[in-house]
Amino acid sequence: MSEPARTNRGLAEADRSEMRRRYPQAFRAPVVERCLSLAIVVGGAALAIYTLWRFGFSPAKFVDGLDKLGIVVVLMMPPDPGSQLWHYASALAETLAIAFLGTLGAAILALPMSMLAAKNVVANRILHFASRRFLDTIRGVDTLIWALIWINVVGLGPFAGILAIMTSDFGSFGKLFSEAIEASDRRPVDGVLSAGGSELHSFRFGILPQVMPVLMSQVLYYFESNTRSATIIGIVGAGGIGLYLANEIAQAEWQRVAFIILMILVTVSAIDWVSSKLRLAMIGRRAGATA
Amino acid sequence: MAKTLAILPPAQLAPLAEAYRAAMAVKRRWTIGGLAVLAVCTLLSVWAGQVDIVKFWTGLPRFASYLSDIVPRLRFETFAADMAEWFWNFDGWLALLWDTLLVAYVGTLAGAMAGFILCFLASANLTKSTPVRFIARRSLEFCRTFPEIVFALMFVYAFGFGPMPGVLAIAIHTAGALGKQFSEVVENVDMHPVEGLTASGANYVEAIRFGVVPQVLSNFVSYSLLRFEINVRGATVLGFVGAGGIGKELISSIRQFYYADVSAILVIIIGTVFLIDWLTEILRHRLLGIVGDTR
Repeated sequence: MSEPARTNRGLAEADRSEMRRRYPQAFRAPVVERCLSLAIVVGGAALAIYTLWRFGFSPAKFVDGLDKLGIVVVLMMPPDPGSQLWHYASALAETLAIAFLGTLGAAILALPMSMLAAKNVVANRILHFASRRFLDTIRGVDTLIWALIWINVVGLGPFAGILAIMTSDFGSFGKLFSEAIEASDRRPVDGVLSAGGSELHSFRFGILPQVMPVLMSQVLYYFESNTRSATIIGIVGAGGIGLYLANEIAQAEWQRVAFIILMILVTVSAIDWVSSKLRLAMIGRRAGATA
Repeated sequence: MAKTLAILPPAQLAPLAEAYRAAMAVKRRWTIGGLAVLAVCTLLSVWAGQVDIVKFWTGLPRFASYLSDIVPRLRFETFAADMAEWFWNFDGWLALLWDTLLVAYVGTLAGAMAGFILCFLASANLTKSTPVRFIARRSLEFCRTFPEIVFALMFVYAFGFGPMPGVLAIAIHTAGALGKQFSEVVENVDMHPVEGLTASGANYVEAIRFGVVPQVLSNFVSYSLLRFEINVRGATVLGFVGAGGIGKELISSIRQFYYADVSAILVIIIGTVFLIDWLTEILRHRLLGIVGDTR
């Protein structure tokens, strides 16, 4: 006990100065980093203020709009379909059909494409690059724009909506599937090949069983999200409830709008529930967590 | 050296083989049942969706001819002049595109801020009060259920035509989508720093500021950048309902069959989307690399 007795506080102080010497970063970020984060914050805020100025934002106008919105919400009560209930119900069925067939078709078409875009299946640099850019281009165009283009081909109606969702999801699925395939384990493929299997066998028995749970879960996830996008595709005339929604808003039939919104809410949460149950049943908890 | 496989005696083998057959039969029944349900849903959807293969087949040449119609004629000898004619309104479109990008930017920023505030209230590990959590979660759900264009339709009615309703619509949808992703990140944080801060007398806000935010910030920024990317795409079509940006110009040129304009605008949009994707990817990789992925 020759060491001088120190209070706990003294000990902590001594430790702290030692710590500060050893790990300066833990106490205060370097000047450059601090300046950088300050610059990002100031720059971001300046851009936002410039935007509000450019868009002619004024608090008075904003409050005015909110006021109007409040009146709309009051007018929405109680939600009432009027005489249109059956039209709405059949439009909602169309919406579900658009989401379902669009997702299914996109998944079926995207599987072969994703093999082309996966480095470990088709080891051709040019083909890989070309198919990737092709998929990116398709994804770069919004579903509503695809709907407008397909309306030129098959006319107004839900079929154009199905084709639009199919096209834009083809791009997304192609990318997601090929990434899943590229992340798969090489060893089962080697095993199948060394046992005398063909390239096709190695895909069917080496890769497909590995990636199937991930693919399924992505397809279900997209089905959920497509149910949401299929509700608006009718705005441009491609079938579904969106046409009614846009029309009733344009005619300021707020009770009907509220009813349609409620219908969409109920349908979307029902689909979400079914799809999460299916996901669990098909791929189990473990795969669901990694997907 | 010939190798032989050791095969169990038939008496032992038979039950094993039987069990395997039974397991496979169950699996097969599930697969067949699933396919049957899928087939029924498909048939119903084909009927409800008015799928018409004949129409598709007869229309398909029109798709090809539409694509070839919108691609302008570019000749080698007059290339510069053809390009200038194709992009005759380049400055005007660029200004509209700038509007679209700003709509996406401010919408994402405002939505991310709202999501940031709500995500802590929606996380089970930080908010013990069930009613508060329930309200926070349901309002986030409501915000993200509707695509931004639905909100845009209503806001155009309330706030008038122009980019402001677009900004608000994107902000609301983004708040819902990011709030959910944020709260999933928050629910996975290490709670030890929070407990330490609480034990030394920090209140709720201080515990979050010094215990949670440092753990989640890089992920939050990464998710926000991804959402910005999505919102740029979404903002390109907000003009369809009068909520500002390049979409207005696109839909009017599609409706009026100004073919060359359609392709020029699409080229500009796709180019911008590529550029934004590329930039945000670099940023996200740098960010997660420097700060370190907390997951």
